[in-house]
Amino acid sequence: SSWWSHVEMGPPDPILGVTEAYKRDTNSKKMNLGVGAYRDDNGKPYVLNCVRKAEAMIASKKMDKEYLPIGGLADFTRASAELALGENSEAFKSGRYVTVQGISGTGSLRIGANFLQRFFKASRDVYLPKPSWGNHTPIFRDAGMQLQAYRYYDPKTCSLDFSGAMDDISKIPEKSIILLHACAHNPTGVDPRQEQWKELAATVKKRNLLVYFDMAYQGFASGDINRDAWAVRYFIEQGINIVLSQSFAKNMGLYGERAGAFTVICSDADEAKRVESQLKILIRPMYSNPPVNGARIASMILNTPDLRKEWLTEVKGMADRIISMRTQLVSNLKKEGSSRNWQHITDQIGMFCFTGLKPEQVERLIKEFSVYMTKDGRISVAGVTSGNVGYLAHAIHQVTK
Amino acid sequence: AYRTDEGQPWVLPVVKKVEQMIANDNSLNHEYLPILGLPEFRANASRIALGDDSPAIKEKRVGSVQSLGGTGALRIGAEFLRRWYNGNNNTATPVYVSAPSWENHNSVFMDAGFKDIRTYHYWDAAKRGLDLQGLLNDMEQAPECSIFILHACAHNPTGTDPTPEQWKQIAAVMKRRSLFPFFDSAYQGFASGSLDKDAWAVRYFVSEGFELFCAQSFSKNFGLYNERVGNLTVVGKDADNVQRVLSQMEKIVRTTWSNPPSQGARIVATTLSSPQLFDEWKGNVKTMADRVLLMRSELRSRLEALGTPGTWNHITEQIGMFSFTGLNPKQVEYMVKEKHIYLMASGRINMCGLTTKNLDYVAKSIHEAVTKIQ
Repeated sequence: SSWWSHVEMGPPDPILGVTEAYKRDTNSKKMNLGVGAYRDDNGKPYVLNCVRKAEAMIASKKMDKEYLPIGGLADFTRASAELALGENSEAFKSGRYVTVQGISGTGSLRIGANFLQRFFKASRDVYLPKPSWGNHTPIFRDAGMQLQAYRYYDPKTCSLDFSGAMDDISKIPEKSIILLHACAHNPTGVDPRQEQWKELAATVKKRNLLVYFDMAYQGFASGDINRDAWAVRYFIEQGINIVLSQSFAKNMGLYGERAGAFTVICSDADEAKRVESQLKILIRPMYSNPPVNGARIASMILNTPDLRKEWLTEVKGMADRIISMRTQLVSNLKKEGSSRNWQHITDQIGMFCFTGLKPEQVERLIKEFSVYMTKDGRISVAGVTSGNVGYLAHAIHQVTK
Repeated sequence: AYRTDEGQPWVLPVVKKVEQMIANDNSLNHEYLPILGLPEFRANASRIALGDDSPAIKEKRVGSVQSLGGTGALRIGAEFLRRWYNGNNNTATPVYVSAPSWENHNSVFMDAGFKDIRTYHYWDAAKRGLDLQGLLNDMEQAPECSIFILHACAHNPTGTDPTPEQWKQIAAVMKRRSLFPFFDSAYQGFASGSLDKDAWAVRYFVSEGFELFCAQSFSKNFGLYNERVGNLTVVGKDADNVQRVLSQMEKIVRTTWSNPPSQGARIVATTLSSPQLFDEWKGNVKTMADRVLLMRSELRSRLEALGTPGTWNHITEQIGMFSFTGLNPKQVEYMVKEKHIYLMASGRINMCGLTTKNLDYVAKSIHEAVTKIQ
């Protein structure tokens, strides 16, 4: 007999399941719109030029492979903080922050979640937008927190339910934790406008909530890194000491290298040092110290003026391609003769789009047209190319007319 | 970390070669690995631990989880055990850690949620060796189903390993009392210079029909410290059990780091799957192990030549990177303050810090410490 007889089979990952089915499909016209990774206009993974250059520079330096400090590569964490906060940020310049390297976005979120579980005694409750990235809930749960929700997406308009959000948030018990997507909300692509962010900031301040920003798409959403970080920076300027998780998976295409960072804005540099010491105590029994490769590449890019400039151009290029695919999809739908309002496709921002398609329609898309997406109607616009956008529009029209 | 005779870090020649191959391969990109890691890495890593001819591998009852170093593998294993071992979410299951052990063992299991972490007798300071009787007694007294963290080879920090005969006794008690073996294998190849020899204990337990976990690190034997290359090998009764275990480990990985870093795993996978590169790697590993063995024998012979009070055979009988010298805290303080030789208060020295240039100085300093300070 086995120790594991009672261990249940874990449910298949909903997003991976999409890719599995896609791989099995033999239809030459098939499209994988579940993929959360950028693809170029040929549908291929894209390794940024600035990444290749950084890799060559790193190789030429012939560095050793000694362990990084527990908190990660200092040049990387400092540059990550500066990227998020802005070089003119008072919080950054005064040093009243701590940034530790994390295992991309997930690892950074988890460090933060564990830190809050251990040190944020006021509440166990983390409020997520409805809907949120599927992995947020299990991350916080495994860290020992409880999940609550606030209204966010309005399925009737395929846009932000701002009054619903404000209503819910204004009723959140004081000193609870609220998670906000900094830009390019996943999975809806629906972001608040700047005026709406200002109201949100005022409300969370009034309710004395701890704000946890998840920024996985800085630069990737609008094409402008400063614009995409606007909400994060505004909140801090309003005196809200946020915590922040960053990922470089998408904006630098460093997916498998796991480059990310977790930041805590503190009252002062002394508090930052104490917080840092506790973060290290959390990290050490998890994986001791972080992987160097992605952090070195990101650091080289951020800290080398020429490479940084090139990166900004390439990020804008990726964002622009996505925006152009959104535009083409809408115009193709019109050409197909669709009379539905598809404006949300171009209003939404970032890699994902909540099409508004119902599960039955999604099923038809998969079965009849080999167009794969998650059941909630979310598509990854990154999987759309100028070569297949017409087919996609045709398929969507067929199931919605 | 390993140091050359010049006291420098060493990037293995085979690693440099493979990194160049990877850099020149334009078909490679930075896409996400699967949640459980790079398939070629996982299979090869477990094969290294269990042996090419492992019956468990043949019977398809081995699973692997690519992890962030040995620490990451320990943590995933610990998190799984806390959720699924000995009932559901049984945080009261005792976890036994050797006295002494790597201090992070305690923290890993504590942070995974275990509430009852105990020590088992291991180091006998008086005789400067393994306290086998104490160890076996602790296993006899341990509640059934307790988890025991065993160092596969090159015990950290004592450098003292059970002999094969002693391992057999340990296994017999563990089987009879239904204790769970969780091996920590951070030095395979690095300890004796032979991969097979250093894996003997793990393989013996597998041959005795145990279900076990083995947390593997490739930090030292590949010198890939900062790339965080590790693997959790799971040996189960049959393929079905292993499959279910892995499906649950996948959920744990997903909320911890989603998927593991690719660079280090690629280097190891490429090396292990090419007969030529594999041989080259074994040579590099032997180079490191041999240098450490040389430093051990040179230090011992100097101490004996100086007539340093006490016996010094433990220096060569111990194995791996560390040695419990037997120096007491006062003697250690003398070494640090007066001689500027840095070692732990426990008397543990890192043998990699010894070089042909400093052997004489270190030997003389130990001699002074032992004769001047009691």
